[in-house]
Amino acid sequence: MGLLNKLDARIEQFESGNIIITSADKLMNWSRLSSMWQVFFGLACCAIEMMAASASHYDLDRFGIIPRPSPRHCDIILISGTVTLKMASRIKRLWDQMPEPKYCLSMGSCANSGGPYWEHGYHVLKGVDRVIPVDVYIPGCPPRPEALIEGLLKLQEKIRNQSLAKITA
Amino acid sequence: METAEIYEKLKKTFTEGIGELKTNLPVNPFFFVDADKVNAICCFLRDEESLQFDNLSCLSGVDYDKDNLAVVYHLYSYTLNHQLVIKTTVPKTNPVVRTVSDVWVAAEWHEREAFDLIGVNFEGHPDLRRILLPEDWEGHPLRKDYKVPDFYNGMKVPY
Ligand code: SF4
Repeated sequence: MGLLNKLDARIEQFESGNIIITSADKLMNWSRLSSMWQVFFGLACCAIEMMAASASHYDLDRFGIIPRPSPRHCDIILISGTVTLKMASRIKRLWDQMPEPKYCLSMGSCANSGGPYWEHGYHVLKGVDRVIPVDVYIPGCPPRPEALIEGLLKLQEKIRNQSLAKITA
Repeated sequence: METAEIYEKLKKTFTEGIGELKTNLPVNPFFFVDADKVNAICCFLRDEESLQFDNLSCLSGVDYDKDNLAVVYHLYSYTLNHQLVIKTTVPKTNPVVRTVSDVWVAAEWHEREAFDLIGVNFEGHPDLRRILLPEDWEGHPLRKDYKVPDFYNGMKVPY
């Protein structure tokens, strides 16, 4: 029962049967946070760290995070780098194409606030939160893969504490 | 061939339109040529047996001084292993240079970049559009007098 080991300890499992009981919230949250598929795109230098995090050494797949080629398959969008004004409208479009529930991670100083381009970057959007809502900000220029993973774990934590009742209320 | 020899050769062929050779600089020696002569000079540099500049390494637009824009050409010959830098200036009020994209095809995108960021118009270019900035961008942002807009398509630009 490999999957069940990952489930919350509060989930009850009967000793002899193939039955578990849990709440809808916990089950939903668990499945959402264990398969956060990511929009397959990268923007600038930060994207290199994102790729490193996906590759074998850091292995994001162990958290169920895999890049998908279509935003319609995806749950999270990782803004990994400099958002130019030209790109910003494309990002907005990708975001609009993602089905709910969806989450956004802003990775690195550029996506957080414009980074090194904050003053003279005539072509850079000073923070991706000017076009789409951000759930987790990851500081760094670029953040190391460990920092990215920390950010993703924070997002998992956020999803773990969500409730259907609250979402629809 | 050294730049000085190439310069002498050009001087002999083109009696006018070639400025003085600047040497002893921290950068490569260079000279100015007239904007309307650029294309003819480049053709000569490419086709002349003893020069054979078969490669345009770089073409850049520069906001040169208060009244002028410049275009800088870095040329290289793979066959003869020598290099050359030439420059030309045009007034900001009418920044038109004859294209060299018919001499070296590589110039096509370089000239689009110089047009996009500095605003040099290349006469005779087959497809002079912006290459880096969005199509609907206004102005040429690497000009020193460029003012960053407050908004672009509803997005706030300054920090
Ligand atoms: S935050 Fe730093 S590393 Fe990341 S995209 Fe910006 S400049 Fe590159």
